[in-house]
Amino acid sequence: MLSGNFRPATTPMPKLEAVPRTKSASFRALPKTATGIDGLDQITGGGLPKGRPTLVCGGAGCGKTLFAMEFLVRGATQFNEPGAFITFEETGEELAANVRSLGFDLDAMIAGNRIAVDHVRVEPSEIAETGDFDLEGLFLRLGLAIDSVGAKRVVLDTIESLFAGFTNQALLRAELRRLFRFLKDKGVTAVITGERGDGQLTRQGLEEYVSDCVILLDHRVNDQISTRRLRIVKYRGTSHGTNEYPFIIDEKGMSVLPITSLGLTHDVSSERISSGIPRLDTMLGGNGFFRGSSILVSGTAGTGKTSLAAHFAAETCRRGERCLYLAFEESPSQLFRNMRSIGLELEPYAKKGLLRMHASRPTLYGLEMHLVQIHKMVSELDPAVVIIDPISNFVSGGTSRDTQSMLLRLIDFLKARQVTAFFTHLTSGATSGGTSWEGTDVGVSSLIDTWLLVRDIELAGERNRGLYVLKSRGMPHSNQIREFVITPRGIDLQDVYIGAEGVLTGSMRAAQEAREKAQALARRQEEARRLREVDAKRAALEAQVAALQAEMKALSEEGKLLAEQDQAREDVLSEQRDATARRRGADPESAGVRNDGNERKKARNER
Amino acid sequence: MNGKRLEMSADKKANGNGKTNGNAAEPVWELRLYTAGQTPKSLAALANLKRLCEENLKGKYKIEVIDLMANPRLAKEHQIVAIPTLVKKLPSPLRQIIGDLSDREKALVGLQLTPADR
Repeated sequence: MLSGNFRPATTPMPKLEAVPRTKSASFRALPKTATGIDGLDQITGGGLPKGRPTLVCGGAGCGKTLFAMEFLVRGATQFNEPGAFITFEETGEELAANVRSLGFDLDAMIAGNRIAVDHVRVEPSEIAETGDFDLEGLFLRLGLAIDSVGAKRVVLDTIESLFAGFTNQALLRAELRRLFRFLKDKGVTAVITGERGDGQLTRQGLEEYVSDCVILLDHRVNDQISTRRLRIVKYRGTSHGTNEYPFIIDEKGMSVLPITSLGLTHDVSSERISSGIPRLDTMLGGNGFFRGSSILVSGTAGTGKTSLAAHFAAETCRRGERCLYLAFEESPSQLFRNMRSIGLELEPYAKKGLLRMHASRPTLYGLEMHLVQIHKMVSELDPAVVIIDPISNFVSGGTSRDTQSMLLRLIDFLKARQVTAFFTHLTSGATSGGTSWEGTDVGVSSLIDTWLLVRDIELAGERNRGLYVLKSRGMPHSNQIREFVITPRGIDLQDVYIGAEGVLTGSMRAAQEAREKAQALARRQEEARRLREVDAKRAALEAQVAALQAEMKALSEEGKLLAEQDQAREDVLSEQRDATARRRGADPESAGVRNDGNERKKARNER
Repeated sequence: MNGKRLEMSADKKANGNGKTNGNAAEPVWELRLYTAGQTPKSLAALANLKRLCEENLKGKYKIEVIDLMANPRLAKEHQIVAIPTLVKKLPSPLRQIIGDLSDREKALVGLQLTPADR
């Protein structure tokens, strides 16, 4: 169970290696024993020094015993290294009960000879010292515990209790020195826990004996929010991460978060994934977001940021990919109900396991804890998309600088895993003023690849939503403001009306559209009327043309008739003339007259 | 081997003890000494214990010596940390006295055998 959950986490994590040099130089130089504790092996470059004791110290309740126990349990379950737990404070039963809540079945491991537990009870009131003694009894018991299971790992929790039981401190110290020598000779990797003392790491100065590796656990409360931190004070013979690393203890044990950023070396994908809103995809060069990019939706309250996020979540699940939805404002069921009202059914996806909702208040714990929590969830679920709604609430869990560095690390982490990150950000109207729409008070804008801005447009007694793409790296994107309409069937993006009367949205846009429709209708009717008019005119003209043609026909017929009459008369006249001439017996000269008459006849015929 | 011999001697004493106990109503002191091999400290502790008992509890005590080297499991079962450890089982209350018993006064106080009891 344990290994199943933790193995996938450890494989991609080394990218987050805090100290990259460790790998090349020290791995060979100093053999290490992997703890199996999530994240710790990255910081230490492989684990605790093999065959040597490590001191784990810290104040009360900072997780020392748990650290030690997890070291043993993971050794027994994951690395096939049995362990011996020598407890000075709790009995074996108490210990088993305490770690059962973390999913460690200590009783079964004891029964299976994977772990040996010995409770060394030192009761000062029952002990009187009468001279010289040694701790051979403890050595024998330790040796027995180690030999009974073939232990490779040993925990002494908390050996300082011995100091309360014995008054001869000098003798005790000599014995402790011998004990650590003994452990080294046995070749076991030991974890010694110690309570933090004044001015030194442990009350009894155990660090004096354990000089190879010292890990300090801390539990600090800042602004009523507690954060657990881990620091490697010393690790002889190897380089290590020196920062304070936050860690959490939850139902699966401890996880440490290597806080160092991985730098800008991650690979990118050019695959595109849909936003779930077709019109928005069109605005983003037609294909939506890049896989593995970071997307920010910012806007004032009630502008539909969560709806956009829910659309993206639903689309991710529709593709059959896993989505992690971190809601910091609404409970899952509230979100399901609200999204149902816009036609998005998220619950079936959640039931199928594709959608994992995680709702918590940002003030529940510190930023680091959130980050560790997100790390863990991402490692476990391995989602394609992570939605954080909203990131602005983190500011209430820390200062804005803390928030920025946390988000930076989160974005880097998600990018390294090729997880598409979708953040919403609530821009408060008061701080943003009129001009700084394009700023986030957590200062992450420069880390964002695609930035959508949803804003309200107040016009004519109405508040409408507008959406535009502020930036989108690596793709041609629309420069247009779209009206963002939330309908019972989801989000719809519409063109805003831009014309002589300015940018119109909402009912003004609708009114303008209606007006335009009416105008268009009128225009069409006018055109039809004019068309009819023209038709009528043409018809009239055609009639006129027909009349004229008829007239012309009549005229030409008349002309022909006249010409014929004329010809007939001419013929008659010429016949008469000829007859007269014949009668007179005229000279040949008159033949010319006749010829002349013939020519005229000819010409007439031609005409 | 040695442990056995010591136990034998302890048993012998216990037997002798039983005889004296028959007519006296005084309680029997059951003492158990844990050692780890024949170390000088263990031997010194046994010698000191015997002397103390002879001087203060003559005839009404029995000593059992347990060599943890031979049986380390008992160290866990009997919650023994320091060597040598003397456990006063009876009369109650149970007391643990560690060390080689060279500090006579402390040993007597630890056994709740103040010199006045003599």
